[in-house]
Amino acid sequence: MASTSVASAGHPGHLQHHFVSEEQQFDASKMGMWLFLVTEILLFSGMFVAYTVFRIWYPEVFAHSAELLDWRLGGLNTVVLLASSFTVALGVHYAQLDNKKGLVINLILTIVFATIFIVVKYFEYTGKFAHGVFPGINFQPHGVGGGHIYAEYDIPFAAQFFSIYFVMTGIHGLHVLVGMGLFAWLITRALRGHFTSSYYTPVELTGLYWHLVDIIWIFLFPLLYLI
Amino acid sequence: MTEMTPSVSGNSGTVNYLNHDKSIKSWLLTRDHKRIGIMYLVAISLAFLAGGIMAMLIRLELLSPGETIMGPDAYNQAFTIHGVLMIFAFIIPALPAILGNFVIPMQLGAKDVAFPRINLLSFYLYLGGAVITLSALLVGRIDGGWTFYAPYSVQVGDSILFVTMGVFVMGFSSILTGLNFIVTIHKMRAPGLTWNRLPLFVWSIYATAIVQVLATPVIAITVILLFLERLLGIGIFDPALGGDPVLFQHFFWFYSHPAVYVMILPAFGIISDLIGAFSRHRIVGYRFVALSSIAIAFLGFLVWGHHMFVSGQSALASTVFSLITYLIGIPTGVKIINWISTMYRGSVQLRTPMIYALIFLFTFSIGGFTGIMLGVLAVDVHLHDTYFIVAHFHYTMLGGNVIAALGGLHFWWPKMTGKMFNETLGRIAAGLIFIGFNLTFFPQFIAGSRGMPRRYFDYPSEFVGLNVLSTYGSWIMAAGFFLIAGYLLFSLFKGKKAPANPWGALTLEWTHTASIPEPHNFTVTPVVTRGAYDYHLVPEFYAGPSSGDGSSAGLATQEVAPETTHEK
Repeated sequence: MASTSVASAGHPGHLQHHFVSEEQQFDASKMGMWLFLVTEILLFSGMFVAYTVFRIWYPEVFAHSAELLDWRLGGLNTVVLLASSFTVALGVHYAQLDNKKGLVINLILTIVFATIFIVVKYFEYTGKFAHGVFPGINFQPHGVGGGHIYAEYDIPFAAQFFSIYFVMTGIHGLHVLVGMGLFAWLITRALRGHFTSSYYTPVELTGLYWHLVDIIWIFLFPLLYLI
Repeated sequence: MTEMTPSVSGNSGTVNYLNHDKSIKSWLLTRDHKRIGIMYLVAISLAFLAGGIMAMLIRLELLSPGETIMGPDAYNQAFTIHGVLMIFAFIIPALPAILGNFVIPMQLGAKDVAFPRINLLSFYLYLGGAVITLSALLVGRIDGGWTFYAPYSVQVGDSILFVTMGVFVMGFSSILTGLNFIVTIHKMRAPGLTWNRLPLFVWSIYATAIVQVLATPVIAITVILLFLERLLGIGIFDPALGGDPVLFQHFFWFYSHPAVYVMILPAFGIISDLIGAFSRHRIVGYRFVALSSIAIAFLGFLVWGHHMFVSGQSALASTVFSLITYLIGIPTGVKIINWISTMYRGSVQLRTPMIYALIFLFTFSIGGFTGIMLGVLAVDVHLHDTYFIVAHFHYTMLGGNVIAALGGLHFWWPKMTGKMFNETLGRIAAGLIFIGFNLTFFPQFIAGSRGMPRRYFDYPSEFVGLNVLSTYGSWIMAAGFFLIAGYLLFSLFKGKKAPANPWGALTLEWTHTASIPEPHNFTVTPVVTRGAYDYHLVPEFYAGPSSGDGSSAGLATQEVAPETTHEK
């Protein structure tokens, strides 16, 4: 819905022929994005339900298993994502002000923060894998590290906790990667001067998407790391 | 300009959506909602043909007890393929994607849907999903039924990976279609087209789209989890790994129950349009009919547990689900009563599409009432997993969705192709389908209530008579479908040219577009000054023995369509 189509006489290039006005196009795009975000929430809701069901059945297993997750790394990632949401909001702000430089700088900062998030996640994952903490049937914790004796965590239904942990954070991580791709695409378009105060729909929509990715993490962090 | 300003012209020598560019590429990469609708029509019809052939084989096997044409393994695969194809590749996309795509933007007075490229993407996602699903057949057996309940589905083989992936991709297609329609209906209505003036098909597609957007992501995550269960053994559903198979059923039905409203709500909308157009009368209780679609969509989210009365859910939960299931009968009954009142007040013209509307009222009412029966806890325990369920389901889906789809296809066929089909053959085919359908499925109510279980390739000899009737019925029904395919295809080449408004309907796709619409539907954006069925405000359309029967194509042409009378 973003790129330029053939402009008819007197119409801006980004206005598609089947819309009457730019306002209509912008409103439609934004509403479509909100609906897409609703589907994203419902996609994650399935996993949140699975989490809730298993947590209610095995609360002590979940509390025990969560000790293996490092709240400092999770907290760092929370701060990083919140910062990235701030830079995205600034990016939209600068786009509205026709400030190309401010837009590009903030989009780059957002990618930097997202990269930090993914790198931290990578070290968390590999740290788990090194001690046999895999999702599902391959769950065989062993060894010692970070003050934990991993064998102590080899209890029934701990595998479910880590399955849920890896699936939820994994699908969330995929969304972060997709977001990084979108921001890279936005940067190339911003550098070519595609966005002005009268047309910045892709920036706005990607920003909305990014805020949702952020919000989902805000729920994942306490549920998995803290309680 | 006024409502009735002529914007409709004949087609001879003019540009329309079919002839403005005839290259293959212009079809495959089109963003025109009408062409996408036609491509869906072709693809989904093929899926229906494949699923139908499976159904014929199933009925043939059940012609006599014991092995007739296939053994138990082949039978299990046949009914699974039938179910998966018919549910995911045919009935869920059929009405929104074919008729919704073709009709909705025109009924709204819009040039296209809000996101034409996403619309094309959703078509290719549909195709891709169908191909992935079918490729499961090359990998191994799929024989667990279309519900792929865990744990069997994760133990049976790798073919489940393809089925779930295919369903996931087709689900994405369904979400994008629904999303597109919601935005289109909100943002693209023509000036003056208020919510209370919308055709009821638009209302029903709107309700459908809400269900598609809210329910489909849940099946998406369910099949992702099932996929990972098979791939990594994550132990969420498989009891052998500490998972909970009932949780799978909750997830599955949280989507799949609302999904039956994705199947039936657009059918309600089509029936409303047909009854309005062929009764020459505004729909009695318009707002109730419109809002009952929304009510059904809403209540549909709260009844999934009635599929699980014998799955070990709590008695309290079952009671609540049972109660809410009864409630769904209210908005559905509101529709049926208002449709019948509309016919009573109006002057009914028995053209082929209207005959399907009447068939629908008969078959769907039986399907609906047996649904209430199945919502009764004690009765359900007796009837669960019997042929009674099969009969109920087919009375609502085939007797509801497919009958309405046929009505809608016949209704909008002249607009799609610019050709009229043969009315006599149309009536004969409708009769064949009505007789064949009832002969196929009514005996199954009796067999089921006497305890014949579903999904077995064999049965005791006491059920022979009922099964023979059922199989004969399936042949009559198949003859009806082939007859329809025959005369519709024939009409493409030899059919009489259709006027712009052969039925005398009042919605914008009939009054303001050409016989075959232009690429952008309207020459000028229509301005709407009345409701979709306000025949009393348009005297030239109002009743009269000769109006709207296609033979008098000059109908109302002095104001609407001066050049529509060019029949050759």
